[in-house]
Amino acid sequence: MLNMLKNRLFKGVALEKDKEIESLGRELKRQITNKFGRSFSFREVDTGSCGACDSEIIAATNPIYDIQRFGVHVAASPRHADALLITGPVSRNMLLALKETWEATPAPKYVITVGDCARGGGLFRDSYYTENGADAVLKVDLHIPGCPPTPKEIIVGLLTFLKSL
Amino acid sequence: MKALNERKTIVTPREFREACLKKHQTLRSPVMMLFASDHRPRDGRFFIHCIFLDRDNGEWDVVETYAEDNAFDSLSKDVYSSILFEREIKELFGLEPKGGLDTRRLRLHDEVWPEGHYPLRKDFNLSSAASGARGKYAFTKVEGEGIFEVPVGPVHAGIIGPGHFRFSCAGEPVINLELRLGFTHRGVEKMFENARPEDKVALSECVAGDSAFAHGLAFCSAVEKISGIVAPERARYVRAACLELERMYNHVNDIGGIATDVGFGFPANLAAIIKESLQRINQKLTGSRFLKGINAIGGIGRDLELGPLPALLLPVLKDFNELKNILHSNVSFMDRVDTTGTLDKKTAEDLGIIGPAGRASGVDLDLRKISGGIYEKAGFNPAVDAVGDVLARLNVRIREFEESVRLIKYFADNVPEGKIRAEIEMTVGSAIGSAEGWRGPVLYFVETNGEGKLERVKIVDPSFRNWQALSFAILGNIIPDFPLCNKSFDLSYPGGDL
Repeated sequence: MLNMLKNRLFKGVALEKDKEIESLGRELKRQITNKFGRSFSFREVDTGSCGACDSEIIAATNPIYDIQRFGVHVAASPRHADALLITGPVSRNMLLALKETWEATPAPKYVITVGDCARGGGLFRDSYYTENGADAVLKVDLHIPGCPPTPKEIIVGLLTFLKSL
Repeated sequence: MKALNERKTIVTPREFREACLKKHQTLRSPVMMLFASDHRPRDGRFFIHCIFLDRDNGEWDVVETYAEDNAFDSLSKDVYSSILFEREIKELFGLEPKGGLDTRRLRLHDEVWPEGHYPLRKDFNLSSAASGARGKYAFTKVEGEGIFEVPVGPVHAGIIGPGHFRFSCAGEPVINLELRLGFTHRGVEKMFENARPEDKVALSECVAGDSAFAHGLAFCSAVEKISGIVAPERARYVRAACLELERMYNHVNDIGGIATDVGFGFPANLAAIIKESLQRINQKLTGSRFLKGINAIGGIGRDLELGPLPALLLPVLKDFNELKNILHSNVSFMDRVDTTGTLDKKTAEDLGIIGPAGRASGVDLDLRKISGGIYEKAGFNPAVDAVGDVLARLNVRIREFEESVRLIKYFADNVPEGKIRAEIEMTVGSAIGSAEGWRGPVLYFVETNGEGKLERVKIVDPSFRNWQALSFAILGNIIPDFPLCNKSFDLSYPGGDL
């Protein structure tokens, strides 16, 4: 067991380091230190997404992108969050949960929508069961477009958001 | 995958139940699909379609009837796998399953959707359904001394889809788990209607994002079958390779999830690295990390070069072997997954559990085996286990991952040159399209009208039926093992909720 772990520890990650991610990350960290102290936490709310956007948000936390090292953290509860990351076109069934999650988030708080259907509903616009996006329910501070946006695009989006504050 | 043929029996409403029971028994098939379609504008009636799988002959066996006085005979007392479908027909079409075991609403939550509005009827009017009476959902109550309930969700602690789980416990063991889903219901089936099929391929890829390719493939092959064409051979090879790539990145994600849920961080992160490598290969090959935009009606939208794939997958397989060895050689990990969350074969068969979850419990059903075609040429070997616990599901996934690497190599070595897309002319008709996605068979029933537009699209993602397995697998286990059991099934909220 130890030998197996050692092997991996010495070898490290086989994928190449992406220079762009590193420089984006440094800027992200600087912005977070200036505006949020040490870290910026978000709570993710899936309001009826197909799961691809959520998968890419998770990918941004994998060892390759590892946004935690830049000071971005995923909060388990909205009580600990600075912002909500919302995916999906807002199914009717999620409307109440979304509103309550927003109310449970302490101010100052922000809304970032991720993915094409979180703004305006995208492919699911005018369905009998969607609210046509989170922007129809809450005031959105930043939208990250894409179907789904890649982890890099999510990092760029977060940086744009932090710069706008 | 080669499309399976269809055999249709049209019966009167009186004969419907008998006919279905007979098929169920002789074919040893669960209800694969059971749904309604609104034919009132043309024929003045609602049709009910019940579809079984004849695995010996590789055919779909369809029993069709019509609803009488907005009702049809329920199968649920004899065929357990029909319950969810009947609940669905009732809430979407307002047709009563006579003698049904459970007729509560499934996705249109009583709290937000008024009574008497059936969205899949052709004359449904959205504006009148905007407000109205509010009801409450009746959860199963477990009563007795010391029994307590733990409600969880819909918003969970991790980055994961929304669903509500209600545990009833006596001490530590769970004695009942009721799932209330539907939180990601978006009305997908209705969004297909009245559009040209080629305009809705992108929508089919957004039904369940992690199964984008399987959904796109099932939809396209249904439309192809209606117009009587078969995708060119080169397209079939490319599609099969993509289907396996999708299986690989999702299976490894799930294996990592199992490690996460026992708090074993190292292999979990290794799995995340493997998943990322695979998604980068997807990106390199197709331009999409989720293999979107490849499927097109008649074949594939643009040509892909499969040649470099086996070489790209070699280092991935090496990492995967390391992951497998770390998990299998760790005693505390094995102790957590062994005999946890067991789903026995009888329950799996009764509920119609399919895909890797079913195969881990001994339900030997894999559409890749049944459909033959290039999978048969490649000597495809399905992974089956008999134990039905978390470990069995983990091992089935591991073997499927390894088999996928082998299959992709075969496809890359044997893909012929030639056309990638067949010309297509839309006609009136209906057909069933299918693809063995990484969670199991993804099924699409597609019906077109005289204008070449979509009249009715019924989608069954394996998650829809497999969610039920979770409520049985968890019985007698403790709540801390729930995330582990849940992850071992790795089901899709949006795929089940539509």
